[in-house]
Amino acid sequence: MSSDSETMETVVRHALEAAKRSGASQADVLLVQGNDREVRVRGEEIEFVKQAQERGLGIRVLVDAKEGRKTSIVSTSDLAPEAIDRMAAEAVSLARATAADPTAGLPEGGFAETVPDLALHDPEDRNIALEARIEDARRAEKAARDFDPRIDNSEGSQASSGHARVVYGNSQGFLGSYESASHGLFSEPLARDGDSMQRDYWMTSARRLSDLEDAASVGRQAAERAVRRLGGKRVETCEVPVLFDGLTAPSLIGQLASCVSGYSIYRESSFLADRLGDSIAAEGVTIIDDGRLPSGLGSKPFDGEGQPTRRNVIVEQGRLCTWLLDHYSARKLDLESTGSAARGAGSAPRVGTTNLWLEPGEPTLDEMIAEIDRGLLVTELIGMGFNPTTGDYSRGAAGLWIEHGEVVHPVEEITIAGNLGDMLQSIDRIGCELLWRGRTASPPIRIARMTVAGE
Amino acid sequence: MSASDEKGAATAERALSFFRDRFALDDTRLAAALDTALERQIDYADLYCEYTTTDSVALEEGIVKSGDRHLEQGVGVRAVRGERQGYAHSDEISIESARLAAGTARAIADEPRAHAPVAIQSASDEQDLYPVQTPPTEVPVESKVDWLNEIDTYARSRDPRISQVMASIVCQHKHVLVAGSDGTRVADVLPLVRVNVQVLAADGARREVGYQGAGGRVELDTMRDAERWKGLVDEAIRIALLNLEAEACPAGAMDVVLGPGWPGILLHEAIGHGLEGDFNRKQTSAFSDKLGQRVAAEGVTVVDDGTIPGRRGSINVDDEGTPSQRNVLIENGVLVGYMQDRLNAGLMGVAPTGNGRRESYAHLPLPRMTNTFMLAGEDDPEEILRSVDNGLYAVSFGGGQVDITSGKFVFSASEAYRIENGQIGRPVKGATLIGNGPDVLTRVSRIGHDLALDEGVGTCGKDGQGVPVGVGLPTIRVDDLTVGGTEG
Repeated sequence: MSSDSETMETVVRHALEAAKRSGASQADVLLVQGNDREVRVRGEEIEFVKQAQERGLGIRVLVDAKEGRKTSIVSTSDLAPEAIDRMAAEAVSLARATAADPTAGLPEGGFAETVPDLALHDPEDRNIALEARIEDARRAEKAARDFDPRIDNSEGSQASSGHARVVYGNSQGFLGSYESASHGLFSEPLARDGDSMQRDYWMTSARRLSDLEDAASVGRQAAERAVRRLGGKRVETCEVPVLFDGLTAPSLIGQLASCVSGYSIYRESSFLADRLGDSIAAEGVTIIDDGRLPSGLGSKPFDGEGQPTRRNVIVEQGRLCTWLLDHYSARKLDLESTGSAARGAGSAPRVGTTNLWLEPGEPTLDEMIAEIDRGLLVTELIGMGFNPTTGDYSRGAAGLWIEHGEVVHPVEEITIAGNLGDMLQSIDRIGCELLWRGRTASPPIRIARMTVAGE
Repeated sequence: MSASDEKGAATAERALSFFRDRFALDDTRLAAALDTALERQIDYADLYCEYTTTDSVALEEGIVKSGDRHLEQGVGVRAVRGERQGYAHSDEISIESARLAAGTARAIADEPRAHAPVAIQSASDEQDLYPVQTPPTEVPVESKVDWLNEIDTYARSRDPRISQVMASIVCQHKHVLVAGSDGTRVADVLPLVRVNVQVLAADGARREVGYQGAGGRVELDTMRDAERWKGLVDEAIRIALLNLEAEACPAGAMDVVLGPGWPGILLHEAIGHGLEGDFNRKQTSAFSDKLGQRVAAEGVTVVDDGTIPGRRGSINVDDEGTPSQRNVLIENGVLVGYMQDRLNAGLMGVAPTGNGRRESYAHLPLPRMTNTFMLAGEDDPEEILRSVDNGLYAVSFGGGQVDITSGKFVFSASEAYRIENGQIGRPVKGATLIGNGPDVLTRVSRIGHDLALDEGVGTCGKDGQGVPVGVGLPTIRVDDLTVGGTEG
C-alpha cells in the first residue's frame, strides 16, 4: 500500500472520529484525491494545456432521534485536521435541524469483504509525458483534416488523462480504497461545402492508454461523420422505422436505467413504477449493469456505501427483473441494495449505473440498413425531450435517410417522437457491434415505427 | 463618485479583505504569483481565487430529509500566448499554491525573459448589482426547514390529486478575486438563491410532474413573501394538473406563438450561443462573418445584459475582471455584435464585452451569456394569438440545445396548447420545437408589448461548464417552425 493511500485513510478515520465526537451516531466519509491533465490541439496549434490536483472530502452524519435518524452531508477540500473537526461539527448541527427519517441509516452489513483488482489503471501510465498526449491530439487532428478537402476547420482534438484514488469508510467498520484512471481522446472536425457547414465527433476512452483506439482512426472517423452530414435536409413528416447507431442508442438505455432507479420507483415518478416482473421490452432485449467488468469505465470494487458491486440483469429477454437500488431506496421498497449507490465527495449517495449495456444481436449495421425500405438512421440527438414519469419521448435528431436499403441523403432539423415504453416493445432488430466509449454502450437498434417530424 | 459607486467599492473591498485576512493574499503576493508566470514569453497571465459556500435543504414525503453544505475553494492561474492557454489550478488558496500553479501554467512557453514587475492597481467604477445584507448561506437552516414545511402543507392542501411534493432551497455565497498581469485587480461577492417546487399529480393510472422555481442574486427574504412562494406552488400544481389532461402533440411544420418570459430560451439556444466570440473567432458558428447582415425580421432587437440588478444572470464583473455591460447583439434585425471574453476579443481586435465567465476556479473562462432577451414590440399578445389559424402556443419550456455549426437548435415545451382558429385550444404534451438559428428570427412576424424576464432558474452548459443565466421574451409569433410530436 502506498503512503498516499495511508495518508488518505488517516484523514478518513479522523473525519469519522470527529463526526462521532460531535454527536453523530453513524457517519460515512468519502475522500477522493487525484490529478487531471487535459490538452486540446486545433489545427497546428495547441489551444490549451490544463493541469490540476484535486481532492474532495465528503462527510455524511446521522444523528439519532425519536422517530428515526436525522441526516446531513458536508464537503470541503480543506483536509487540515481542525478544518475537518469544524466541518464535522457543522454537519451534526445541520443534521439536528432536519427531520427524523425512519428509513435513514447506514447498511448494517453486507460490506465488500475483499476489494478485487478490476484493472482500473496501469501503473505505467502514471509516467506518461504530457507531450505524448499532445501528440495524440495532434495525430487525431491531422488525420481529421487530411481526411477530405472539405474538412477545413475544427473545434479541435482533445486528449485527457486522469488518476484518482477513492477511500471510503464508515462507522460500521468498513474501510476500503481503490485507484483508477481514465484516458480519453476526442476529435470534433468541421466540414464545409458551399453554404453548408457541419460538425461531428468521434471519441475513445479507456482505463489504460494502451486500450485507446488509435489517434489517427479517431480523427478519421470523426471527419467521415462530419463530411457525410453535408447537404442535410428535412424530410416530410412521416412514420417510419428508426435505426439508432452505436453513438445514439446508448442514450435510450441510459434513459431506461433512470426509470428503474429505486428513487423514481418509491416516488412513483417513473412510468415503470408498477411494472416489475412484466414484459416491458421486445423479447430479444437484455440489459445488464455490471460494476465488475475488468477495466470497465464504470467499474468499481464497491459502491458509494461500501457494498460490493455486482452484475444486475435489469431486463432479461424483455422482462423487467430488478430495480437499481442503494441502501435507502432499497429500504423504502422493502428490498435489498443492488450495490448501485453512486456518490461523489460533494453529494449524497444516489442510485447510479456502472457499466450498462444492451446485449448485442446478430446483424451488422450495414445489414440493418439494407433491410429497411424507407426509414431513418439517427446519428445525433439533441435536446432533453424525455419525460421519465410518462415515458414521452421527443428529441431533435440528425442522421441519414434510407430508401430501398441504401443511404440516400443526410437529414437534419427533424425530431423523432414516441413513448419509451412503446419504443422498447417495438425494438425489432439489434445489431452486433458493441463498442464502449463511456459507461453505457449499446449496439445499433431498430425501432419498428416512430413519428419523424419535418416539413 | 456617485452613491452606487461607493457601494460597489464596498462590496469589492469586502471580497478583497476576505482573501487578504483569511489567506494572506495581499497585492504584493498576488503580484509575486503573476511575476512567476511572466518569467516566460507570454502575452499575459491572470489569477482567479474563489471561495464558495453552497447549501441546500430539501423536502420530500413531507419531511426535510437532509441538509447539505459544501465549501469549494481554490486558485487557478492562466498564462496566455496568442491562441494558446496554459492553465493550472489547486484546491488550496495560498501564495505557495498560486506560485506553483503559475509555474505550471507558464509551461506553454519555454523562452525565458526579463520583465517589469507587476504593479497591482485598484479598479474603479465597480457596479453593485446585488447588495445583500445577509448572505443566504447565513440564514439559519431552521427557518429554511420551516419554510419547506409550509410549502409542503400548502401544496397538499391545494388539490387531492397532488400525491408527492418535493421542494428545495439552494443558497450560494461566492467570493472571487481576479488579478491580471496588466495590474488589474477586481473582487466581488456574489449571492445566489433558488427555490424549487416539484409536484406529482396522479389521476387513475396517469401521473404527471409539474415544476416551478425562482431565484436570483437577492436576499433570501425577498422570496419568503407568502404571495411569492405560494405563486410558485400554484404554478407547479397548475402545470401538473394541466398535463394530466394534455393530449399527444401534433407533428410537422406550423406557426408557433411563444409566450413571454422563459420561452426566451429560444434566443439563448437559437442565436445566443452562435454569437459567442470563440465560435466566431474560430469560424465554427453558423453566424460567422455575418456582422452587419440581416439575421432577424425588422423590429427584432436582442440584447445580452449582465447589469440588471438582482438577476440570476447578472455579474458586477466577469470572471476575467471586465465589468459587465449591456450588449446589443441584434438591432432591428441586423447582427451588430458578439459576446466576448478577453482572449477572443484580443484575437478578433475588438474590446471585451464582460462575458468572460467560468463555472469555478477549476475552469478556463469562455465567452458566455448573462441575461439574454428580446426587446418588446407593439403588438397586443391576444391579437397575436388571434392571428394564427392553426398552430401551437408554447408557454413554458424544459431544456434546449444547439449545434452551433449547423445552427440547428431544439427545445422542449413543458406547457403548450393547440391554437385553433385563433383561439387557445387543448393542452398538448411532449412538444419539441426544432429550427435553424440563422433563419428562425427572420420568421418572427409579430412582437408583443409584454416583455418579461424568466423567474431565475436557468443554468447554461458549455464545454462541461455550467453558469447561471437569465432569458426573456415578449409574446412573439414565429412562422413555420417544426414541431416534434407524435400525431400526424
